[in-house]
Amino acid sequence: MNRMFAIIEREMRKFFRSPTLMIMSLMLPILQLIIIGNAFGGKIVDTRVAVVDYDHGPQAVKLREAFDAVAANIKTFSTVDYNNEVQAREDVRTGRIDAAIIIPKQYSRRVYAQDAPKLGFVVDNSDLFTSSALEAEMQSLVDALNAPQIPNRLQKSIALEVVELYPYVNYLKYLLPMTVALAMYISVMIGGGMLYIDDKARGVHEGYLVTPITKLELVFGLNVAGAIKATLSGISIGVIGSLVAGLGVVFHPIIMLQMLSLIIAGSIAFNGMMFLLMVRVDDPLVPRAMFGVLNVLLLYPSGAMYPTVSFPRWMQWMSVIDPFTYTIHGFKSVLLKDGGWVSIQSDLLFLMIFGIATLLVATPLFKRTL
Amino acid sequence: MTAASRSIASSPDAPPPAAIAVEHIWKRYGTFEAVKDVNFSVAEGEIFGLLGPNGAGKSTLIRMMTTLIPVTAGKAVVAGHDVSKDPDDVRRAIGVIPQAMTSDQDLTVEENLSIYAKLYGVPRAERERNIAEVLEAVDLAKWRSAQTKTLSGGMRRRLEIARGLVHNPRIFFLDEPTTGLDPVSRIAVWEMLNKLKTTRNLTMLITTHYMEEADKLCDRIAIVDHGTLVALGTPVELKNSVAGANVVEVHFDRDDPAWRERLEAIDGVTSVQPESSGFYRVITQSGSRTTMQIVELAASLGETLTSLSVQNTTLDDVFIHYTGRQLRDEQVKAVFTMPPRPGAQP
Repeated sequence: MNRMFAIIEREMRKFFRSPTLMIMSLMLPILQLIIIGNAFGGKIVDTRVAVVDYDHGPQAVKLREAFDAVAANIKTFSTVDYNNEVQAREDVRTGRIDAAIIIPKQYSRRVYAQDAPKLGFVVDNSDLFTSSALEAEMQSLVDALNAPQIPNRLQKSIALEVVELYPYVNYLKYLLPMTVALAMYISVMIGGGMLYIDDKARGVHEGYLVTPITKLELVFGLNVAGAIKATLSGISIGVIGSLVAGLGVVFHPIIMLQMLSLIIAGSIAFNGMMFLLMVRVDDPLVPRAMFGVLNVLLLYPSGAMYPTVSFPRWMQWMSVIDPFTYTIHGFKSVLLKDGGWVSIQSDLLFLMIFGIATLLVATPLFKRTL
Repeated sequence: MTAASRSIASSPDAPPPAAIAVEHIWKRYGTFEAVKDVNFSVAEGEIFGLLGPNGAGKSTLIRMMTTLIPVTAGKAVVAGHDVSKDPDDVRRAIGVIPQAMTSDQDLTVEENLSIYAKLYGVPRAERERNIAEVLEAVDLAKWRSAQTKTLSGGMRRRLEIARGLVHNPRIFFLDEPTTGLDPVSRIAVWEMLNKLKTTRNLTMLITTHYMEEADKLCDRIAIVDHGTLVALGTPVELKNSVAGANVVEVHFDRDDPAWRERLEAIDGVTSVQPESSGFYRVITQSGSRTTMQIVELAASLGETLTSLSVQNTTLDDVFIHYTGRQLRDEQVKAVFTMPPRPGAQP
């Protein structure tokens, strides 16, 4: 056991004396949280919509007043007057403006005559986010115009009342579980993968192998050290990320304990997986080449950014055996839903079994000789 | 010719007990034979050198003896333990300095030693004392708290040597201990190893491709080439085994293929090796007489000599004699080495 602790001591001393490793394993996830969280989480504002008014009637004026209200309040778009529909379409196509609304001739008359008045709306649907936001805004505006001035006393239409179980979750908060898991993965990849192979290439392992240390002591020493490093990264990013995302719940003692359990279980699982992948690798370029590939293969199918139910079947299978899936699900359950131990027990179980199983497979593959 | 038949016995007395005994040892990688039927033994307290070019099989031999790679056939007994059957007992009895410098650059000198003392299971009470002793022995006591990356190459090598001694081994294996060191550091390491041998009664097995190192440091030398042990003896015995006592190095101003034939025809010359354009190494039984004859030969032909020198036989000549080529002709094997860490001393 003392020899195992010597390996752990060596690894931890190196970890704390390599600020580059610590900074890099924390920097990427935090940057990802801040950049992606703010880039994807914001509302679409300040787009430009052309108004081609062939009507100029009272209903067209009413419509334009509604556009002005949007521009002054939620600022989704502002309007630009065009007198030529062809030019407006061309400008949408070339990106000078984001959309164009066409108010046809006789629009006001058809509104008064209740003769199915139609507005034309030209959008650039190559940009899904902007076109969807504009369509939704325009639809709500049209719905408001369609609403009767004096509501009926008895409503026949069916209304859906949405009850939100949790407070509003912005994208920064939504990404936090992924960020913590990513920090653990990067720590394992650099600290457990790259440095492990670099040590092999430098001959450090040769130094270990001529001592009386047993295979189990060496394997467990390296893996426990790797899991500790990943746990420290997970805790650090959990705290820093919560502060960045404004998620104070992480400082609640029970949630803290649940997070810690998930971080430890996730670290064991990530480390076991990495050790299995690297156990017979000697070339220091391999873990560097695998870094990005593994990131794509493991992070994106895990449901970190998009729900797994929307994936094709083969990707759903990937997510089933992916430790990221369970780590992120557990973090979401704890941080965003306060789901308690019940909501994370299957995640904890999977991660522990996964970690132990990968270690059990990797240990016989580990060579006690060169 | 087998190694046994090339062995040059020097002492008629009964040999002291062997610290290392290698018997008919083989190492094969698929169809490639890295080590072929090698036999030798190393006596207690002896410094034994394995001399040969890169790729000769020296490191493979040392790795088999230190349990790093399995033996394909044959037997190696180290400190009384079979390396194949009792590898842990062997590991407890030996200290090993690998070819690469593997001390952790982020750790201090003391931490490096402490971790290895723990890996060797040195009890806590002895650990401190052993560390202080080995640091004193390698003259690094005042660098005890320094980070390893601040040490020079020579100091790092001394730290590696201290690391290999921290558990008081009986037998010390050093794989090319001075490779990459400047001449001053190299001589310092030789002096230190000689001192350690005396003060700690260590048996040492050293691999090297430096002739001078083998000559100055080793009590006995085994010349290894292409996985085979081609000669074994003390440096003096090996030199005496080469016909001719002196080497004359002659450089003619004008190169002519006929020079070799003319030199070989000189009385007392046993062999001639062309080195480069117009430059020859002539092994002869009498350096002074051959020198005179070469000068006379050049004068009679109206040729000019650029340089002429007489030397005693070196291990290089021994190597040429037994292998048919020079050690320095061997190309350095292309191996991957990790680049140095930024901020580390070269």
